Amino acid sequence: MTMDQITGGMSEVSCDVLVIGGGTAGPMAALKAKRKTPDATVILLEKANVKRSGAISMGMDGLNNAVIPGYATPEQYTKEITIANDGIVNQKAVYKYAESCYSIIEELDSYGIRFLKNENGDFDVKKVHHIGTYVLPMPNGETVKKALYRQLRRARLLISNRYMATRLLTGKDGRIAGAIAVNTRNAEFLVIRAKSVILCMGAAGRLGLPTSGYMYGTYENAANSGDGYAMAYHAGAGLANLESFQINPLIKDYNGPACAYVAGPFGAYTANNDGARFIECDYWSGQMMLEFFNELQSGKGPVFLKLNHLHSDTISEIEHTLHNVERPTRGNFHENRNTDYRKEMIEMHISEIGFCSGHSASGVFVDEFGRTTVPGLYAAGDMASVPHNYMLGAFTNGSIAGEDAMSYANDVDFADFDPADIAAEKERVLAPTKREDGIPANQIEYKTRRLVNDYLQPPKVTMKYELAQRRFAEVREDMENHMIARNSHELMRSLEASSIIDCADMAAHASLYRTESRWGLYHLRTDYREKNNEDWFCHTLLSKQDGVMTSETRPVDDYIVPIADDEKDLYDKQRIKISA
Amino acid sequence: MPLASQETTVPVVVDEAKCIAEKGCTVCVEVCPLDVLRISDMSKKAYMAYDECWYCMPCEADCPTGAVTVNIPYLLK
Repeated sequence: MTMDQITGGMSEVSCDVLVIGGGTAGPMAALKAKRKTPDATVILLEKANVKRSGAISMGMDGLNNAVIPGYATPEQYTKEITIANDGIVNQKAVYKYAESCYSIIEELDSYGIRFLKNENGDFDVKKVHHIGTYVLPMPNGETVKKALYRQLRRARLLISNRYMATRLLTGKDGRIAGAIAVNTRNAEFLVIRAKSVILCMGAAGRLGLPTSGYMYGTYENAANSGDGYAMAYHAGAGLANLESFQINPLIKDYNGPACAYVAGPFGAYTANNDGARFIECDYWSGQMMLEFFNELQSGKGPVFLKLNHLHSDTISEIEHTLHNVERPTRGNFHENRNTDYRKEMIEMHISEIGFCSGHSASGVFVDEFGRTTVPGLYAAGDMASVPHNYMLGAFTNGSIAGEDAMSYANDVDFADFDPADIAAEKERVLAPTKREDGIPANQIEYKTRRLVNDYLQPPKVTMKYELAQRRFAEVREDMENHMIARNSHELMRSLEASSIIDCADMAAHASLYRTESRWGLYHLRTDYREKNNEDWFCHTLLSKQDGVMTSETRPVDDYIVPIADDEKDLYDKQRIKISA
Repeated sequence: MPLASQETTVPVVVDEAKCIAEKGCTVCVEVCPLDVLRISDMSKKAYMAYDECWYCMPCEADCPTGAVTVNIPYLLK
């Protein structure tokens, strides 16, 4: 059989714990679930190939949020993340991460993943955040995926590559029952019955369109098209604070990190066209992004990463990390343009919008065990709501969710689902393959994302958002009635287009609901310019209720780490004051 | 609605003299996160079938014979 043909067959398997997504959180979740109950069945499902999938496909240049004894405490970290998120956090989940992450670092170290150590053999942690010290460089971080994959093989996990999950199955009693997936190379369906399911499907990184116009030139791994957000939504789970968009400061056009976390500790910094600093701190927060945005628009714009004041040897050390780990084509990009870090500053710009709690706070709502609002359904990593989570958060919360999901599975039987759900889903998925002609998925996707840029990019204007909703509805109608897929690869893209338009609708709905401004640029509303703590000091939770997109508020739980009044606005003071 | 195609330069280039796909190697096809590489029925060599590249580099890094080069897509070069 030729690759990419559409066969449309179907098989069924069952397992105790199903993990969907083999990037960062997923492999760790699967590993921990399996180790907890070695004779249980754990399946790790991946749209690409676990060996090289996800945000850390080519490794990672450092841990951005390591809470290491001697440098930081879980209390300090929880306080910093609370302030950076304008107070809207579930502190229990942040604290649980903070107190657990050091043991995960030790575990990763034991897998052979290399972190920067000083001459005494201790972790060499650097300060990048506004208040505390949490950045642990990984100059040899290109080995992360390989080290992880070795552990998966050793644990004899069942790995299914090139299967794209399309919908979750829920039982008649409201519990999770499994998932439906389709093979991206032959369109064979796989129904996986599971006692618990962990979603680790990454960010919604193909929501906005990069300014280069190249659809796959995204900040996030372009395979991360928001499928997890869409699946959680259709299964009835609550999604938290989606209006807190992800927007990042990146190398213009290349659209990869610049990267202040790597270069900052060596003395590099974000500068305006005078070569002068304008922000106190390069740590990514909405407040920092607002100052970045303001500078871009000003006479001092655009914005640059400045290294050319550093010694040539120091720059070589930075280049070694930046050109070998995480986004290694960065070196080729600079070479093409004859950009030499020693001679000139590097032009930066802001990224397209997306959902990603890894850097902001927009994710499927989870508690401190990774439990969503649907019994038996978990989420971890960039798509779960623990804010500013980064790679270490994905590993740590994946680990926590894996263990808890296995405990849950040990105590329950399979939930009964309606077989009609499977037939209906198969029909939905294959519909674009049944049409003789129509609109290709790439055009549906392009149009959605162009509209996202035109109407949803902050600053947010109510009328523009309402226009966006009308345009999205038109594109959705085209997608449902006219989209075509001529082979199984195009079928995957058509399913992604469907996730993308779901995410676009959620972004618009959540943003309109919160009638205030918060999180700096992430939720800057021109017609509600002020932060309104009286009415909006709360999470927002978006969910599908009786088939309709609905938003509601959810109170912020009492803090376990108190924040003093004079600390609350520390992240609002990002701009460097010009002395007379 | 009839379809037309639009020309595009592909970022991933395979040196056919070095590629050993005809001996059964599919490493680049297997590791690509976007699944854009295929083995040609005609030449029996790997090539980029879909212009959907994240210029991430596993194909180049994992190729056992150094046959694959990832270039920056023209639109953002």
